[in-house]
Amino acid sequence: MKAVCWMGVDKISVETVPDPKILNPRDAIVRITSTCICGSDLHLYNGFVPTMEQGDILGHEFMGEVVEVGPGINRDKLKVGDRVVVPFTIACGNCFFCKSQLWSCCDNSNPNYWIAEEIMGYSPSGLFGYTHMLGGYSGGQAQYARVPFADVGPLKIPAGIPDEKVVFLSDIFPTGYMAAENCDIEPGDTVAIWGCGPVGQFAIRSCFMLGAERVIAIDRIPERLQMAKEGGAETINFDEVDDLIQLLKDMTGNIGPDSCMDAVGMEAFGHGIGYMMDRTKQMLRIETDRPIALREAIQACRKGGTVSVPGVYGGFIDKVPMGAFMNKGLAMKTGQTHMMRYMKPLLDRVERGDIDPSFVATHRPPIDLAPEMYKMFRDKQDQCIKVVMDPWANGARAAA
Amino acid sequence: MNQTSRIHGRHRGNGNAQGIQRWGSLIGGSALAIYGLTRRSPVGLALATLGGVVAISGAKANALEEPATQSSVLINGSPEEAYRFWHDFEHFPLFMNHLESVTVTGQGRSRWVAVGPLGTKFRWDAEIVNEQTNQSIAWRSLPGSEIEVDGYVQFEPAPGNRGTLISARIRYRPPAGALGHAVAKMLGKDPNFLMRQDLRRLKALMEAGEIPTTDGQTHGPRSVTAAAARFVDPDRPFKGDVEVAEVFSQLRRVS
Repeated sequence: MKAVCWMGVDKISVETVPDPKILNPRDAIVRITSTCICGSDLHLYNGFVPTMEQGDILGHEFMGEVVEVGPGINRDKLKVGDRVVVPFTIACGNCFFCKSQLWSCCDNSNPNYWIAEEIMGYSPSGLFGYTHMLGGYSGGQAQYARVPFADVGPLKIPAGIPDEKVVFLSDIFPTGYMAAENCDIEPGDTVAIWGCGPVGQFAIRSCFMLGAERVIAIDRIPERLQMAKEGGAETINFDEVDDLIQLLKDMTGNIGPDSCMDAVGMEAFGHGIGYMMDRTKQMLRIETDRPIALREAIQACRKGGTVSVPGVYGGFIDKVPMGAFMNKGLAMKTGQTHMMRYMKPLLDRVERGDIDPSFVATHRPPIDLAPEMYKMFRDKQDQCIKVVMDPWANGARAAA
Repeated sequence: MNQTSRIHGRHRGNGNAQGIQRWGSLIGGSALAIYGLTRRSPVGLALATLGGVVAISGAKANALEEPATQSSVLINGSPEEAYRFWHDFEHFPLFMNHLESVTVTGQGRSRWVAVGPLGTKFRWDAEIVNEQTNQSIAWRSLPGSEIEVDGYVQFEPAPGNRGTLISARIRYRPPAGALGHAVAKMLGKDPNFLMRQDLRRLKALMEAGEIPTTDGQTHGPRSVTAAAARFVDPDRPFKGDVEVAEVFSQLRRVS
């Protein structure tokens, strides 16, 4: 089958690899019909997350049709022919964390948990197509994928709804929604969101669903700000602003946003000497992540407010304004998304027509063009916001 | 609870006593040797020799004593379930990776086969020496086994109805020589790590019904250097007891 492989930093290629096999009783094999590139894949592409290995198959946002199920799967739960969206986190369904609905903290799905434990104390769940520290599972930017614990994760999708309306239930829609929920929104609240990538876009819309009155979206890419505006947000292009914190104060009567969300993560952009220092330290590996958006979110948040962090961090950050965080009495909520909590309710919203998630997709190439798409997505060329690839389209590279 | 503190307490107590004794001999013996040598006389030489012997025995003492490996794990299940699973020793190879088979031969006795480096096999017979239904099991290798092994496991209800706390302690006393070396190698650089791995596999098996794995999954072309490095040391690059710095030195690694 065709698969998108990480072949080194800045090196992505489409390789022909053996088809996946059932390895454990609760596995299933899915024939993939749509698969996306996520912003967190770019951290791997750029080489900022440790424990990747040449030949790893990328991709954690995919859906398709079940073509094989293991002997440990109850056919009432999943059977050949089911059309499913596969969540990016892998969860066993029976450990303390799964039973507590903390699905992305599953204790039994990461075979390489001890690497994560060295860095984080305890290991989160395994993820598809990510680092070996998080399981090293072959991912879904391919024609087929092996899905472990397939009786827990995959969400069945009724016929008649097109892929592009539901494929984002695999990660970014629930991730944006949980980020909004983590803002602890009260009716009438103002939420400021750093980052208008796909997760930020869903977070904007989710904040309104949860009762926010104002959402202020911050980015520097015009088409992303435009899409945020279409979602009902007021927008700030931080490239055009001298003092972002002061502007947010001015916009909120010197109170500050009730909640601030960092939907950017470890590769943030910014201005000035602080930003340059972070970039340098990251290059020199003195600091693994650049927390510019996080610092600003803490600084800008109103007293007693909440900081929500859906942005991905991998290691260690410097100069977090802990004084501001403590003295203003802030709370912080974060985490990989507890997917199974949100997928079904959000599917219901899609079916009811509350939201059509396909608005975020800007590119729908065949999978053969993955290397070009990674570059385009990273460099924000061609107004690229979200890439959804078709693994089966006849993707002659000349078509590029 | 009492049992747990006893396991841990005894281990720590032993370790300290041995440590003090060992360092005492080493430092005292060395001091005596140096003092003897500076006397430049027959008595001095005798003192120096005696000191040397004491120091060397001190340095060696601990090398012969294999400390017990121990760990604990919380599983989402009742002590009865955990006890029942553990009580069938034939289940052990499912989660203890270095065991090839355990065959129950009857009357609390069992035959164990472990696999070491290059497929070396070790066999021993063991018997259950004490068991409290749904609470604990203790077993020990029979006299005359080529490896001395004793093990103890206990099952306690965890606080807050969170399942069962399984605490286990296993001690291997390998013989001297090549066989002992092979056993040490089998147990790896960090036997406690190996045991934590075993208990995590047990947890997965009991909670999820299977042990998570990516062994044998499809992937793209691996690099020749990574393959060679793994051939030389199968623990690398991503297996074994890694350090934080090591993990991050993989950063931006183009393999």
